[in-house]
Amino acid sequence: MSSIGTGYDLSVTTFSPDGRVFQIEYAAKAVDNSGTVVAIRCKDGIVMGVEKLISSKMMLPGSNRRIHAVHRHSGMAVAGLAADGRQIVARAKSEATNYESTYGEPIPVKELAERVASYVHLCTLYWWLRPFGSGVILGGYDRDGPQLYMVEPSGVSYRYFGAAIGKGRQAAKTEIEKLKLSEMTCRQGVIEVAKIIYGVHDEAKDKAFELEMSWVCDKSNRQHQKVPDDLLEEAKAAAKAALEEMDAD
Amino acid sequence: MNVSDSTPAMNNLMGSEADSQRTLYPYVTGTSVVGIKYKDGILLAADMGGSYGSTLRYKTVERLKSVGKHSIIGASGEISDFQEIMRNLDDLILYDNMWDDGNSFGPKEVHNYLTRMMYNRRNKFNPLWNSLVLGGVKNGQKYLGTVSMIGVHYEDNHVATGFGNHLARPLLRDEWHENLTFEEGVKLLEKCMRVLLYRDRSAVNKLQIAKITEEGVTISQPYALKTFWGFSAFKNPTAGAEGSW
Repeated sequence: MSSIGTGYDLSVTTFSPDGRVFQIEYAAKAVDNSGTVVAIRCKDGIVMGVEKLISSKMMLPGSNRRIHAVHRHSGMAVAGLAADGRQIVARAKSEATNYESTYGEPIPVKELAERVASYVHLCTLYWWLRPFGSGVILGGYDRDGPQLYMVEPSGVSYRYFGAAIGKGRQAAKTEIEKLKLSEMTCRQGVIEVAKIIYGVHDEAKDKAFELEMSWVCDKSNRQHQKVPDDLLEEAKAAAKAALEEMDAD
Repeated sequence: MNVSDSTPAMNNLMGSEADSQRTLYPYVTGTSVVGIKYKDGILLAADMGGSYGSTLRYKTVERLKSVGKHSIIGASGEISDFQEIMRNLDDLILYDNMWDDGNSFGPKEVHNYLTRMMYNRRNKFNPLWNSLVLGGVKNGQKYLGTVSMIGVHYEDNHVATGFGNHLARPLLRDEWHENLTFEEGVKLLEKCMRVLLYRDRSAVNKLQIAKITEEGVTISQPYALKTFWGFSAFKNPTAGAEGSW
């Protein structure tokens, strides 16, 4: 799978003979090496969770937020280079406030996803810019219901029922496909996402991690917010219990 | 606002093109807002009138609004400038909420922000033509303050804007005391609003009362005050001048 570019990978404005832009693929690798981000669309909202790998014991829990509110009704979970992710979030916030300022209503999630994707894509068109080394999952709730979009460093954006990026994305996607999302409420969704993240976390390769979760659902008044502490604890406990059950087999 | 500013000679000095970029006079205005501290929080009262000069043009203008979880604001003066202020405040509160870190702006912070906004505009000779009352409760602390269009700001146990300063505050100085109950507070405010209704030509008989406590904000439905005009001096007004009306 890893083919060396040999000369065709020096600039994002160069195609290889087999039609690939290597710089963009390398950018995607930065995302693949980050902690897992999982998001699902339940029947009454979106739930997002991040496996925040703790690089130092000195770090305060709750710092280095990976999920950011982009507007009242939507939030973005970031994977890959943190600083690049910050830029994408800042741009999304700016697009959202601009739209509301001009049109008087909160930006539809589809529109926001398109704008973010265009911006990310923009940075793959010029040799004096480099592609973003981060992918984002955008979850929001507007008049058309809860919606989930994922934007990759290449600038593509698709709408999903369930999405995962980062190290454990293959295993996470398998788990998500087992879930019956159309019948699940967000309350159940929070527990499931926690179980998935605890499940895909590789104890051998990475040490400690902190679970960060957020949701936008009817319960939260269609506002994006951190999952309430009591529910988060409940989810963590259920996830740990599920892990032990698996180990016991 | 000096008369000399509006004479043609002075206008040229300011530059007539530049004038279209500054607020010179207000167009649709709201009249007094009255606010008091009471036992559980703050009470604000304002009528729902928007005057167009001497015409009582708009009668359903909401001049009391909530700002975030901990404050309420009342505005008198130019209504379109109040709408602009609300846009700024709503953006401020939105960005504060997006941090999602358990902190939120209290009335002191909002009051300070408003003061900066008003004063800076005044310094550019382009004021937001409003007098604002800002009240709120956070962590058990009650706060009531006011900001004028030139940036003068202060806090007190009772504040008012416009005519309210002249007609309502003397009443409040006599009858306000610490730990008013909600009913006493409303009665006191209604007394002030009734006097304003009688004596302020831009008052309309349709008012709202806003209450803020630690629990949250409630803005009442509009209602009218009972007035009494049956004074003997009003009967037979042309008695001493037959033929007049």
